Amino acid sequence: MLRALVRRALGGLTIVVGVVTLTFALLRLSPGDPVERLLGPTATPAQLAAQRHAFGLDRPLAAQYGGWIIRAGRGDWGTSIATGEPVRRMIARAWPATVELVGLSILLSYLGGIALGALQASVGGSRLDTALSVGSVTLYALPGYWLGLMLVMLFTYRLRLLPAFGAAGLDADFLASGARFVDRLRHLALPLLTLTLIGIGGTARYARGAMLDVAAQPFVAVARAKGIAGRRVTLHHLLRNALVPLVTLLGLSLPALFSGAVFVEAIFAWPGVGRVLVEAVQARDYPVVMAATTASAVLVVLGNLLAELLVTVVDPRLRQ
Amino acid sequence: MRAQGNLRARAGVLILVLVTVAAVLAPVITTGDATGQHDVVATRFLAPGAIDRFGVFHLLGTDRFGRDVWTRLAYGARISLSVGLSAALLSAAIGLGVGTVAGVWRGRVAAALLGATDFALALPRVVVLLLLAALWRPSALLVVAVLALTGWMPVARLVYGEVRGLMTRPFVAGALALGAGRRRLLWRHILPNALTPVLVSTALGVGNAITLEAGLSFLGLGVQPPAASWGSMIASGRDTLVNAPWVAAAPGAALVLVVVACTLVGDALRDAAPGARAG
Repeated sequence: MLRALVRRALGGLTIVVGVVTLTFALLRLSPGDPVERLLGPTATPAQLAAQRHAFGLDRPLAAQYGGWIIRAGRGDWGTSIATGEPVRRMIARAWPATVELVGLSILLSYLGGIALGALQASVGGSRLDTALSVGSVTLYALPGYWLGLMLVMLFTYRLRLLPAFGAAGLDADFLASGARFVDRLRHLALPLLTLTLIGIGGTARYARGAMLDVAAQPFVAVARAKGIAGRRVTLHHLLRNALVPLVTLLGLSLPALFSGAVFVEAIFAWPGVGRVLVEAVQARDYPVVMAATTASAVLVVLGNLLAELLVTVVDPRLRQ
Repeated sequence: MRAQGNLRARAGVLILVLVTVAAVLAPVITTGDATGQHDVVATRFLAPGAIDRFGVFHLLGTDRFGRDVWTRLAYGARISLSVGLSAALLSAAIGLGVGTVAGVWRGRVAAALLGATDFALALPRVVVLLLLAALWRPSALLVVAVLALTGWMPVARLVYGEVRGLMTRPFVAGALALGAGRRRLLWRHILPNALTPVLVSTALGVGNAITLEAGLSFLGLGVQPPAASWGSMIASGRDTLVNAPWVAAAPGAALVLVVVACTLVGDALRDAAPGARAG
């Protein structure tokens, strides 16, 4: 068990190092650099060269790459070229917001999706099942950035119920702690609803299939033949066993979930890693791009490890 | 059950055919000009169904430059469909190649290819897309390449599993005993049998690629304006949600419709495949 975990952790480390290397290579291979953005079109070649030297961008690529790895390993992520802020502080501020949004949406998607899938499996083949199938396919097909806009149109502009941007109101710092919590929840509502609706669609599709697969197994027929009530069979025999492929799927779909969060964070100005990344890529802010991709890779790898641990909790046979 | 599955598949095919016809016939069934502007002040933000001062009927209204939304939708379908289809076909081809080679030639080659597949699968796709699209000059060709390069892994995994299964079948041993070379084995016996899962995942991949292309265009990193793309149309409707919601609503609804249709067709293909799960 422990050995398997160590091997997985090493595999995860390889992936993170790979992402860092790929990002570094892509940044340096592409035309243009942050200095041109920073100094603007009126800068003379001498000024450009001086600034590049100050950032260390004129050193050999291997030295830049090695230097970044060594400094990042020590916890020094450099400073943002666009804002001058320490990158470490930007990432430290951003990752909890992403984990909060993605984590909550996974939890709610799984609860909603499994309930929907179980309902469909119990009425499998009926008209209700067909209608719900088309419904879940449609939810899953919704692009996050468009669904987000449509929800903003409805809840912010039409109904005037919920805020559409950011994670806190302008006056949040002056509110009592209870009111501040409510304010946070109201800001979280729309991005969370966007990700959760899409997530429910995806989870329900798999949950239905997994439940039907289990329902075809002989032990389910035995359980029914023994006279166990229908609901008990659904909860204890079907759902319990259908959870294994669903939790495995969770690990596999994490990169996609983070990808979806990038768009949703950009739409709702949610202050997470995704928004930091989008802004940094557009400004060619090398240190911030490197740190934000590293952070998202680490989050995905950690989430995968967590999902694998969860699988062994759900199915004790897999602990061997 | 089968009848309802067929019904869904037919609905999916019908939607795809209609959208394709609309895209092909765009010059005939629309005003024929997706980027032209006349009198911007007089023609902008007309509601769906309105007739402007020049007597032109606007089925889905106009955007902030007075451009007909229905026309842009039909021309945008050309970009969405062609980018989505070519990206999905290209990633299917790459995945098919990697999966087959890894499945037939075992050993180090397979280990290296599978390792690369697992690594690419673990990358957050949108992060890579953002980097690639933001750092080079955006164009439809770049978007296709980027989508294909980040989308081949599931196909490779599927094909690898399928090929490994096929390699243990008696007819492969028979072909080898008759003296068939690896290449002949590959082309005549393995590939034709491994195509079904590729077909299914390509149908699903088209929808996925269309969504991602629109997403990139939405962020301004895909097909560049003034050319009509569903993603950039949604982005331009973002600022006018209050007074002209149709500008963003129409391309999004079209997008969802096409992606749902692709999924329905993909599901039907999977259910029709031999050995498919009932239901």
